[in-house]
Amino acid sequence: MGGSILGNRVLRKEDPKFLTTGGVYVDDMLDEPLLVGAVHVTYVRSSVAHAIINSIDTSDAAQMPGVIAVLTGADLGLQPVPSSFNPMATRTLLAMDKVRYVGEPVAAIVSETREQGEDASEMVIVDYDFLEPLIDLEQSMASSTLIYESCGSNVVFDTTVLGIPENTGDAYFADCEVVVKGRYINQRVAPCPLEVRGAAAAWGSDGRLVQWLSTQHAQGAHAPIAATNGVDVSQVRVMTPDVGGGFGAKIGAYPEELLLGVIAKRIGRPVRWRETRSESMVALGHGRAQLQYVTIGGTKQGKVTHYQLHAIQDSGAWVDMGTILAPFMTRPMSSGVYDIPNIECRTTSVVTNTTPTVAYRGAGRPEATAAIERAMDMFAAELGMDPAEVRRINLIPKFLEPHTTVVGQTYDVGDYEESLNKVLAAADYKGWRAKQAERRASNSSKQIGIGISVYVEITGGVGNGESAKVEVLEDGRAIVYTGTSPHGQGHDTSWSMLTSEQTGIPMDRIELVWGDTDRVPIGTGTMGSRSLQQGGNAVFAVAGQLVDKAKSVAARLLEANEADIVLDKDRGAFHVAGTPAVSKTWADLAVAEKQSGGLVHSDVIGVAGATFPFGAHVAIVEVDTETGKVRHIAHTACDDAGKVLNPMLLEGQIHGGVAQGAAQALLEEVCYDPDGNPITSNLADYAFISAAELPSVTVVHMETPTPINLIGAKGIGESGTIGATPALQSAVVDAVSHLGVRHIDMPTTAERVWSAIQQAR
Amino acid sequence: MIPAPFDYKRATSAAEAISLVGEYGDDAKFLAGGHSLLPLMKLRLAQPAVLVDIARIKDLSYIRDAGDHIAIGALTRHMDVEKSPIVLQHAPLLANAASHVGDPQVRHRGTIGGSIAHSDSASDLPATTLALGATYIAQGPNGTREIAAIDFYKGFLESALEPDEMLTEIRVPKMNGATWGFQKFNRRAQDWAIVGVAAWKRGTESGVALVNMGSVPVLATSVSKAIASGASISEAAELAAAEAEPQSDLNASAEYRVHLSKVLVRRALESVNS
Repeated sequence: MGGSILGNRVLRKEDPKFLTTGGVYVDDMLDEPLLVGAVHVTYVRSSVAHAIINSIDTSDAAQMPGVIAVLTGADLGLQPVPSSFNPMATRTLLAMDKVRYVGEPVAAIVSETREQGEDASEMVIVDYDFLEPLIDLEQSMASSTLIYESCGSNVVFDTTVLGIPENTGDAYFADCEVVVKGRYINQRVAPCPLEVRGAAAAWGSDGRLVQWLSTQHAQGAHAPIAATNGVDVSQVRVMTPDVGGGFGAKIGAYPEELLLGVIAKRIGRPVRWRETRSESMVALGHGRAQLQYVTIGGTKQGKVTHYQLHAIQDSGAWVDMGTILAPFMTRPMSSGVYDIPNIECRTTSVVTNTTPTVAYRGAGRPEATAAIERAMDMFAAELGMDPAEVRRINLIPKFLEPHTTVVGQTYDVGDYEESLNKVLAAADYKGWRAKQAERRASNSSKQIGIGISVYVEITGGVGNGESAKVEVLEDGRAIVYTGTSPHGQGHDTSWSMLTSEQTGIPMDRIELVWGDTDRVPIGTGTMGSRSLQQGGNAVFAVAGQLVDKAKSVAARLLEANEADIVLDKDRGAFHVAGTPAVSKTWADLAVAEKQSGGLVHSDVIGVAGATFPFGAHVAIVEVDTETGKVRHIAHTACDDAGKVLNPMLLEGQIHGGVAQGAAQALLEEVCYDPDGNPITSNLADYAFISAAELPSVTVVHMETPTPINLIGAKGIGESGTIGATPALQSAVVDAVSHLGVRHIDMPTTAERVWSAIQQAR
Repeated sequence: MIPAPFDYKRATSAAEAISLVGEYGDDAKFLAGGHSLLPLMKLRLAQPAVLVDIARIKDLSYIRDAGDHIAIGALTRHMDVEKSPIVLQHAPLLANAASHVGDPQVRHRGTIGGSIAHSDSASDLPATTLALGATYIAQGPNGTREIAAIDFYKGFLESALEPDEMLTEIRVPKMNGATWGFQKFNRRAQDWAIVGVAAWKRGTESGVALVNMGSVPVLATSVSKAIASGASISEAAELAAAEAEPQSDLNASAEYRVHLSKVLVRRALESVNS
């Protein structure tokens, strides 16, 4: 009997395809019979941030070469649709009365080629009456101009409606010996998946709509697509081809995607749509965009006793998922890893005339972590104490039974000090402090900065479990059906490992099916770092149950007692204990079960709740004090995601997460001019990070299994952005703190660092 | 990200290219490596009616030792300039600057002539050839003429080339015996410079030019004059922006650019590369 495959560095099954012939994305589906003769949809987008639409003149565009139709909301008879997160806000999927951000779709052009559609889109004339553009959050809060009049306010969600009192202000800190205040901007960033959005829609001869979608959650898009088309969900099939990244921004279905079936029906031909990168930068949801007012107070010995946060979330121009991340993700995690006896946290979500915000890798938790970690650093700086020491004083001690913070969030298990100890040792924290002291003493223009963050986050908080189905075919191969939805993570590898562990069927004989609402009707998709702990857990459980079922079949065939049947995983064969010579293979059993519905088992496996992975990061930067330029020269991450299924996949997630965290801390920011025109709408202007800006990441392993699921796993997909971002920001500030600098907003560009040094002098 | 419609003509000789452009007038553009023009076309900021593709004119890709100078064909790729033993020996500043253009893919496609003819002050090679006192050869329907680099750059993306003239050769004086430095300050490795500096120095003689410090590449003559009259490098570098009129944009304020130019000029002149 071989050892367990779980926990091993198993190479990704997916890679040979992705690295050679490449994936098959929506836009690559040229051989699909239902899409023969498909024509192209191009959306005409608002060129202004906030305006009343007087008229839309499509007559010139309709005369352009190759144009089949130019459709407005009025042409399609679109009705207002309420937001899922605040039903007072309604919009039509193509703007009809009003536009609310640059990039909002106002008309759809259907043309024989994409290029013709782009040409025709320039000929659609929209007559606008301009309204005050509300780009800045606080400007929008204060303005009498309303983006959604029906909401009665530009504030579209506030924790006071949950019965949470307003923050009490400075009086809260009356008993504190030391109080520090900060105003932090957790800036707006663009998710930038390598594959932009794409979709296709075709009505079959059976009257059903088939829609292909680049999504993280086909089952979630199913009902909205059916509703938009005015048909029952049974009449819609959503299918997910390969997806080239999502980072949270491809969770929901967007207007451009929802309308494709309606347009296909209208013109009587299948349609395709794929946005350009420039469109994606303004019309795919953005992430973060939170303004934070922070006050922290405590004793002169370094004990934090009071913490107050008011997080003002920029919803952008629609009440989308970004709106609810502040109250339901940032607020619950506001205490971080610290035992703080008094916390007040209010969140206020505000609409602005900018691209709507959605979930983006971390989704509310990086914001919570950035706030408390920055506050801890400023508290330490005020006291003149080592930031590692101040953290140590305030950490929640190791707990293996659930721990509830004063904001009411219960964490499963945690050993924060151990992760801090491990990362400080692996990063050679003391050594870097010594180097820093040398550089400071020599007054070098190249200063060293050391940043620490310790974090805890929520994973698997979305959904209460997941569906799985495992079917063994007559040739002995297994098909695994999952309600999760890979878009880069390596589910095929992971789910094959889990299935192989249970069944003994080799990984290369296991195939994964996902993202097809006909074949996998129940699924919660891939988001919030839930896949392994819910979807993988379900596959593991269901594969185990299938083994039990197979044993009963084997017992019948071998005329033995079921309890005496054992599975020899090395051979993938069942036999009576002690007599391995007479056995039945998986294929034998599948053949035997052919008449009774096949050798298959499916179930929805629940989990008891979310898990709370934690860890600590140390970032090292070198700052050129003459220019402000920051170089990220070393990074050490200790992320405890519970039991590790495949260390290579874990490391890949950490590497990618650290890269995106560094990108937010150092480089990336979506910017608008005062009129609301996006000025970072391509990858030349938007400073998407590249490998040249990143160091190699040192990963320190630590495993504290969770009791929440069978496999002891927590999520790892978002930890990198949560831990790395504040560590990097902190490192940059630390490099110039001896010059008097206490805070620099992200991204810590060279000019911002240089300006901070000038102001401190 | 999809260009407006255009016609495409491929020329096999300089004469044919010039004749084609003459035929279509102002609506025609030469296409060489495509790394400046095509991005503008994809954003529909440029919408030429006709592209005359000159990339396959073989006899315009060369690097020759021409005695007191190096002659570089306009269609020579950045990578060839970067690796050329002739350039490395006689104008290492230019080879180094070429190695900073874009990323390897760009350097294998983009051409030195295309970069100069595009006249983008944010590009590395216009300022570098300006610092080196280069001369450009332009060919038109009535023959060729020489244009000194200092007379070439007229405004934002605007050069002294007539619409039916084609840049065919870049002549770079040999800089043997000089020390030199190239400083490129950018956000990411593959980005355009926020500010760049190309500089060389031989005794009290020097050439200093600035990247992205105004609508045209800037020759920092005040710096060179100060050095000629015995100022230290630090003193001279303080005059870096005397001739510049930098803009504020997404990446930097004008004030910060002025500051950067001083630091980078000092560092470039202090370089001991030779």
